[in-house]
This record gives sequence, C-alpha cells and structure tokens, in this order.
Amino acid sequence: MSRRQVALEVLRYNPETDAVPYFQQYTVECEAEWVVLDALNRIKETIDPTLSYRWSCHMAVCGSCGMMIDGEPKLACKAFLRDYPGVIRVEPLANFPIQRDLVTVIDDFVTKLKRVKPYLIPKAEKAVADGEHLQTPAELKKYKQYTLCINCMLCYAACPEYGLSPQFIGPAAIALAHRYNQDSRDGGRDARQQEIAADEGVWTCSFVGACSEVCPEHVDPAGALQQVKIKSTVDWYQEHLMPWTRK
Amino acid sequence: METIRTDVAILGAGGAGLRAAIELAEASPGLRIALVSKVYPMRSHTCAAEGGAAGVIKSDDSLEQHFNDTVGGGDWLCDQDAVDIFVREAPRELVQLEHWGCPWSREPDGSVAVRPFGGMIKQRTWFAADKSGFHILHTLFQTSLQFPSIERYDEYYVTDLIVDDGCCRGFTAIEMRSGQMKLFQAGAVIIAGGGAGRMFPFTTNGAIKTGDGMALAYRAGVALKDMEFVQYHPTGLPNTGTLLTEACRGEGGILVNKNGYRFLQDYGMGPETPIGRPALKTMELGPRDRVSQAFWHEQKKGNMVSTQWGDCMLLDMRHLGEKKINERLPLVRDMAVSYLGVDPVTDPVPVRPVVHYMMGGIDTDINAATPLSGLFAAGECACVSINGANRLGSNSLTELLVFGRRAARSATEYLSSARGAVNDAALAAQAAAAQARLRALFDRKIGAESVAGLRGEMMAIMEQHAGIYRSGDGLALACARLSELRRRYADVALHDKTNVYNTDLLQALELGSMLDSAEAVAASALARRESRGAHQRIDFTARDDANYLRHTLAAYRGSESPGIEYRNVVITRSQPGVRDYSGAHK
Repeated sequence: MSRRQVALEVLRYNPETDAVPYFQQYTVECEAEWVVLDALNRIKETIDPTLSYRWSCHMAVCGSCGMMIDGEPKLACKAFLRDYPGVIRVEPLANFPIQRDLVTVIDDFVTKLKRVKPYLIPKAEKAVADGEHLQTPAELKKYKQYTLCINCMLCYAACPEYGLSPQFIGPAAIALAHRYNQDSRDGGRDARQQEIAADEGVWTCSFVGACSEVCPEHVDPAGALQQVKIKSTVDWYQEHLMPWTRK
Repeated sequence: METIRTDVAILGAGGAGLRAAIELAEASPGLRIALVSKVYPMRSHTCAAEGGAAGVIKSDDSLEQHFNDTVGGGDWLCDQDAVDIFVREAPRELVQLEHWGCPWSREPDGSVAVRPFGGMIKQRTWFAADKSGFHILHTLFQTSLQFPSIERYDEYYVTDLIVDDGCCRGFTAIEMRSGQMKLFQAGAVIIAGGGAGRMFPFTTNGAIKTGDGMALAYRAGVALKDMEFVQYHPTGLPNTGTLLTEACRGEGGILVNKNGYRFLQDYGMGPETPIGRPALKTMELGPRDRVSQAFWHEQKKGNMVSTQWGDCMLLDMRHLGEKKINERLPLVRDMAVSYLGVDPVTDPVPVRPVVHYMMGGIDTDINAATPLSGLFAAGECACVSINGANRLGSNSLTELLVFGRRAARSATEYLSSARGAVNDAALAAQAAAAQARLRALFDRKIGAESVAGLRGEMMAIMEQHAGIYRSGDGLALACARLSELRRRYADVALHDKTNVYNTDLLQALELGSMLDSAEAVAASALARRESRGAHQRIDFTARDDANYLRHTLAAYRGSESPGIEYRNVVITRSQPGVRDYSGAHK
C-alpha cells in the first residue's frame, strides 16, 4: 500500500478557552486511498485527542461529517485525499454557528425541517388492515429523487441566499416538502404551502444552483425549488385571475 | 443537577427507538416521551442497512415458511414463541411504514415489490432499492416530527441507569453541547441503543455502534444473552469494511474463488445454480454464517485472491448488466467505485467477511421486557430471541419495528400498573454518584493508558480470538486479556478537560461500554463448547443439543469475569434438525 504524509490545516475553536477560532496544522501518514475523515481519525488517535468532529457511517449515508474542505462543502468520508495534493484546509460547515472545532450548531435546520411538515398527510384515510396503497414505478419515480436527502446540510453551506438571509427555509427542507407534495399518496400540499411559498420560502432563492452542485446524493434541491415556484405561481394566477378554476 | 421528568424515556433514536416513540405518541396522547440519543436521529446506524425488511405479503408465501426459515437459519437457538409473534406482526408493520410514506420499490402494477434474500425459501424482502434502512429511518424520523409529545434530546450520552427499589427509574445523561449532566426521571425506560460491532477492527458498523445500551443494562444487573453469536456478513469491501448488501446475490451476483470456481457448492450449499438465475436458499443465497465459514475454509486451502488488504473472494455481478445494477443496487456500485475503484458493471469486486451484527444482547422476553422492572429493550441491543445463533438477512429491520412497538405497548401497560412511590432522595443520590464518577475521570492525571491504545488492543484481541472460527485456548487468552484491559481502563485519563462537545470524554465512555460487552462475548464463547450458527469452535466442531440447546446468560460481576448461566430455548413445534441449503433443487 502506498502512503504519504498529508498536511491538514484544521479550524479549532473551543468556546471555553478560545476568544476566536484559529487554524492548527497537523501532518499525518495516510494511505493513498484514504478520505479526509480517515486522516482526521488518525490525528485524533495519534496526535491530538482534543480535536472534535462528528462522524459515524463512513459510507456517505448518515450525513454527520459535512465540513468545508478547501472551501467547499463536502462529506469528509467522501473527500478523497488523492484529490487534494497540497495542504488540506478543513473548516466547519459554512453558514452555521460553530459549537466546537468542526462541530456546528444545526438547530436552525432541525427547526426548519419540522416546519415544512415532512411527513405523509394522507390524501384518503386507509386502515393498515386494508393493505398497502398502490403506487406505480412511474409514480414512485416522480418523488424518489427527493427522498434521498441525508440531511447533511452541505446545500445550506453552499447557498449564498441562506448566508445572507438566515430566515430562508433553505434547499433541503424545501426539497423534502416537495418530496411529499409529489407523492401520489399525499394530500398535504396546502398545509405545506404556507411555509414554503412564503417570503422566507422559495422566493428567497435566486437560483444560483450551488445547492444541487454540492449535494452528495444528487437530490437536486434547486430543481425542487424551481418546481415549487412554478406551482406556486400557478396557484396565484388561479386564485387571483381565474378563481373559477380552483378546486 | 437539572431533573427532567417524563413518563417514558427512550435511549436511542434509530429504527427501534423511533418506532417505540411513535407508538407511544399515537396510542397514548397524554404521555410525556423523552427520546434521548447520542446522535441526531437521522445519524443512527439504521440508515446503513441496505437490503430490506422481511415480511410475508405475497400469496405464494406463508407465516409458517417465514417461521421455519428463521428458526432453521438460527440453528434452533431462536425462541419459537417469539418467532411466531415476529412473523405474524411483520407484515402489518411493513404496511404501516408504507402508510407513513416509505418509498418501497414497486411492481409494475403498483404493489410492493419483494426480493430474494439468503436463507429464505420465498421472496419476502421488502426493499427501497439498496437504501432500505435509510428510507425506514427517515420515514420514521420524519413521521415522528408531527407528534408534539415526543420531546427530543439529541446528542445526549446516557451514562448510568437509575435503579431504585427494584425498578428502573430513569438515567443520567451528559448533554454534549454543554457538558452538563442531567437526571432523566422516568416511569419507564426503553433501551434501543443498537449493537456493538465497533469492538472489532473490521466492521460494517458506524462509529456510534459501541454497545452503550447493552453495557448500561448489563451493569444494572440485566444479563446479556447469547453474546457469543456475532454475525460476519460475507461481503464487505476489503479496505473499509463497507457493506455490499446480500441483495447483490439476491439479484443474481455470484461468489467465486481465485480460480473462478463457485466454491459454495463444496460447503453444503450446492448444487451449482445457473449464473444469473439464483435459486432460493441455495448457493449464494445460503445463510451468512455458512457463507462466511466457507470463505474461511477456502482461505485455509489457499484458494482466495490475495490483495493488499488481505485474502478476498470475488463478488461477480457483471452479468446483471448496468441497467439492473443502477436500478436495484445504485449504492453498491457507488461504494465499490468510490472506495475501492472497482466498477461492478465491468469487474468482479474483491470482498471479505466483515463483522456486521450482534445476535445477542439485553435479555428480553416476547414483550420486550427485561427482568428488571420498568426496563424494556428493542432492536439490535436486545436479544428476544428471534435470531438465535444466526440472523437471516432482512429480519433485523423488521425486528426494530415489531419489537420497538411491543416495547412501547409494554411500557404503557407498566405505567398503568401499581408501583412504589418514587424516592427522590435515592434517585438524587445515585445521580450525584454518577456525576462524581465522571468528575473523577476528569480529575485523573494523564498516565500510561490512552483511549486509542486500549481500544486498539481490544480490537486486536477480538479479531484474533473471537472471529469466524474460535478455539478454547484462544478464547481463554481473550478473556484474560480483556479482564486486564478492563483493569487498565481504570487508569485512562482525558486529554480534554473542557465541557463543550468533548469527544475525548465520549470516546472514553464508549470504550468502557465496548470493553464490558466484549468480555461478555468472549466469556460466553469460551463457555459454549459446541459449534452452532455463527459460533464455530475448532475444538468442538459439532452442534451439541444435549448440552447447549440453551441461551447463554452473562451476568455482570464488577471487576470479576462475568457469571455464566443458561436458560432453555423455547421450542413449540420445530425440533432441532439439519440445516439444508440445497432446498430448491430437491
């Protein structure tokens, strides 16, 4: 196995002991095939047990280890050292307050996720004893992509609007609302519209598309946002100019 | 110390914990529910399960067949009353998830699709592509958000159960963001803390799978049952241990040795089936214990492919074609390409067996109740036991649901029964003692012992002596070494003496959980002088029903080694027989 010395410049901040964040440089021996998370683990095991960061699955599905790597939002478990020939700069996810080192405070996202009612609001009552709803593969495909969000929040770190207007509900939460709106079993769109069609909802988005570029699961929140905008516009026309078309 | 009063406190917010919380909120709207987890719910390891969840739904299938597959798959160490309940309640739970929005894969007519899985005689594994656990977890988490009575305490690490007057009354937990300890005073406690695969160096398990829930119950006097049964999943990526789901083989992938030979036919799983047309319960659809053991034998014969990460077999999926792989196994392809640089569409993927699942765990009955009054457990941390000596793939996701719900119902029933008055002073004294132990850990001077050092030694011991094949000598050595590590653990000191999100502290506490759980594994394995399911002894190669058709119960004895006792397996109608995995060809 080929190894090399990798230098990392890691943002450190402990609110109890540090007035301001600072960078600390570490050099560790790494396998060529490793990811940035492996390098951080090696640092924690062999050099500095005080370094704090979140991680668990090491397979890009738990969404814990989002951080800025050379300025870009990435999952540390899927950022390969081979793609970073120089000193690697590692910082906590942008646009979130720092709790400690690479750990951010994510209360804002967790609150917003709940606000968009990301759960099935059944179109029609059906007892469990009556079995499953039928849903064709084509109906499944209409929303499946938006179910793949792992809540890693890379899209919030990439979003210039969220950085400027923190009240913006943001890409992942809106994509998840859209996921349920598009589900053939769901009848909850009106309840969700109040949140996502408001000023701090989709209209804050200026369609930069950075969210979709950084999404590790190819959810395409930007596409979801645009679809919500179009549908909301249709709603507005129907309500104000063609009230007779409202169901 | 702040006291948080609640009716039911749930430790762990993965599949089992969330299912329990939703059941409590739906069935008993007046209850206060505290859902306490060391991670945010969506980070729980349920998310990493890939293949699917088993439940009888198709007209050619029956509960009896699911029962027989499970009991035989478990080498008759399953409690058959528990398996009966499990297979009966499984379909309802999977339909319930469908009603909550789980994006199950579908047949062209819109009904739920099922896929073949190892050791199952019928296709009964519901799946959502190859991210089934992920979708189950997120469906449950998102569904839980509509219930205001579920109060979440994300990123709280539970340190001690509080037991007074013979009843579990709550626990103490550290809030990670402040470092403050809180007392959760609860009418009932449900542990849903997951497995302990991290005691091994090569595992599919995420970093959080450190046996905390098991260790808490164990130290509070509840035995750990059948801990010697550790499942190796046959197909992990050789470098990272990342799981490549059994569905790879369910969809038609084959396993070959370095000569391109499908060696499973030499280990009681033949005759060979046509490539791309898998036969149920045969060859690559044999159970995980048998397939992993076959790998071990082939390795001894020198028939494996040597790679820089050790000996591997090859998982060949090329004949499935790009379209099917993308549709049914997109995560598998992504993982193999990203982490190993091998594309299953064009090349066979080198794989090797990897620690995946603990069949054993906290001793519970069919109602998810432990012998300790007021304490319930469900999920991988518990041992009901439906998995016996070897779990069949896709039974565990269903188990989270069935027994998560049963734990909630049992807790509710328990709350309505008469119990002694809570002794606030006794609880406060125990909480203060827990805090004092934590303070002592902070105050300890840095010496020779480190968390990473002891953890590394523990992992090496487990891999060397508690793996796919075990020996009495090796296990005796493992027990002695683990006992020594537990002694040395008392000298571990923290480098990080601060309060906010102190992961040095977290890892030290997790190491304590793993050491206790690991000792229970080794001691239980040493005492079981037979070979059954996932527990294979090179010095006792046969199954011994006369002496060991019994559950192992490992009891915590402080600094002493665990006390080992046995309890008879519940057998209702299936007498121990021969496990036959050439079934489809008879």
